[in-house]
Amino acid sequence: MAIVQGNQIRKPGRRWSFVTKSSPLPGFRLSLGFTMVYLTVIVLIPLVATLLHAARGGFGVFLHTVTAPRVLASYRVTLGSSAAAALLSAIFGMLLAWVLARYTFPGKRILDALVDLPFALPTAVAGISLTALYAEHGWIGRYLEPHGIHVAFTPLGIVLAMSFVGFPFVVRSVQPVLEDLDPAMEEAAASLGANAWQRTTRIILPVAFPALLTGSALAFARAAGEYGSVIFIAGNMPMKTEITALLIVTKLEEYDYAGAAAIAGAMLALSFTIMLVVNLLQWWIQRREGRRV
Amino acid sequence: MSGRSNVPSSAILQPTVPQRMGRVALILLALLFLGGFLILPVVAVFAQALSQGWKLYFESIRQEDVLSALRLTALVASIAVPLNVVFGIAASWAITRFDFHGKSLLITLIDIPLSVSPVVAGMMYVEVFGLHGWLGPWLQEHNLHVIFAVPGIVLATVFVTFPFVARELIPFMQAQGSDEETAAVVLGANGWSVFWRVTLPNIKWALLYGTILAASRSIGEFGAVSVVSGHIRGQTTTLPLEVEMLYNEYSFTAAFAAASLLTLAAIVTLVIKKMIEVTSGVHPVPEEEEVES
Repeated sequence: MAIVQGNQIRKPGRRWSFVTKSSPLPGFRLSLGFTMVYLTVIVLIPLVATLLHAARGGFGVFLHTVTAPRVLASYRVTLGSSAAAALLSAIFGMLLAWVLARYTFPGKRILDALVDLPFALPTAVAGISLTALYAEHGWIGRYLEPHGIHVAFTPLGIVLAMSFVGFPFVVRSVQPVLEDLDPAMEEAAASLGANAWQRTTRIILPVAFPALLTGSALAFARAAGEYGSVIFIAGNMPMKTEITALLIVTKLEEYDYAGAAAIAGAMLALSFTIMLVVNLLQWWIQRREGRRV
Repeated sequence: MSGRSNVPSSAILQPTVPQRMGRVALILLALLFLGGFLILPVVAVFAQALSQGWKLYFESIRQEDVLSALRLTALVASIAVPLNVVFGIAASWAITRFDFHGKSLLITLIDIPLSVSPVVAGMMYVEVFGLHGWLGPWLQEHNLHVIFAVPGIVLATVFVTFPFVARELIPFMQAQGSDEETAAVVLGANGWSVFWRVTLPNIKWALLYGTILAASRSIGEFGAVSVVSGHIRGQTTTLPLEVEMLYNEYSFTAAFAAASLLTLAAIVTLVIKKMIEVTSGVHPVPEEEEVES
């Protein structure tokens, strides 16, 4: 590790240094050292172990495992449901963000706090509770079943559970943007004769769009990896309602560690792709904000 | 929120009757959504738990298995949360008080656990500590148990709550700047007294906020713990796992009784969070939202 010396000022042509600006504060090596060791032990080593195991059999074996029919079916279920859940989250999340950012009404603070409930409620609890509500004789299911709408133990149930854990991401991404949007802009548009639809599509949506996309991407990511709240309501029928996360657990229970590692590798690739997309979106938002100011 | 100007609005800007009706309709729609989608599942947990009366409810939660699951959950949280608090402080100190190469990479790495599926997280530890994992044979030789034992559950919990404290502290300490600490150092205070007397009092609310989030998640974690636990009743079963086991045994009342304890914990979390936001004036970044790097 490079050493910082006193109040040295960085000059062109100076030796490369790990620290880019010196600081009089103590504890740099201790805090960064601890951070790196902890990060390596808790996150990096297990991550590398999994990726190496996924790759151990070679690319052919990996490809064969992650494209087996049952695995492909689980991707269809997981990604399809996650996309539907992200879309639902976007719609309802946008509605809630709008109502919370713009209107005042009694009980708003409680409503605002409640949005975080899916973050706080253990996923297993959400899973069994949603199942109880939407099962054949449940409080909601009993009104849907006579109309031929089956939620519990169908893909619809998976979408429902994924939306439950996903929509707060949209609210929390969009809400601050709408709070910062000056109503004067809409008022100006209104005074120039724009109707509500025009104001929504020409002013509010363009401003909120990157945040809406970020929130939806986060909701999608969470839904794609979700396990606890989904497995109770899904029915878990192979090829039909079996999600990829459950397939990993099944492989582990069958002592097929190589298979589990391969599928986990595929899921990690998806996670990192979404993470990259979200980071790019954040960068886009910051650039836009910068331009507006 | 405060974007509305104080200039008296002209007649055009007054909400018209249809506008006001639209406003009320949107608020009602939001209330309906939250009521049906968030409050109903919570009510259902308690309704199911109490469906056989209070006596059976208390008997259910006083079963030895439930009590030992509760003890294990408390034990795991009491190890995992302090570890991540120390990490969060160290990481945010290094990141916000010093400038060094690779800082944004470090922030991205800290975020990894948020985008990894809980099931994959659990399985990553199986890859390191499991019988077929890197350290498996060595652990076996020394008769040490990590997977299907308490240490594995602690590790999985540490992983899923890894970024929570750091993510609260990094933007907060960044916004605060290091002027006060620099002044203390210039006046001759040593590192630890700067930390205890200057930094900690300044960051205490944000720190508490992150700690609450981490505690809540570590109490409720299901997927990651489920993979490494082995589901041994009375030994490696945390409360969320106990809920699952009771539910799969068709002991629905008992499952929901155990779930009601977790639901109460979630409600308490939301109340404390809201109280911190209101009383301290801290309105930290909502959890799991991307940190601006």
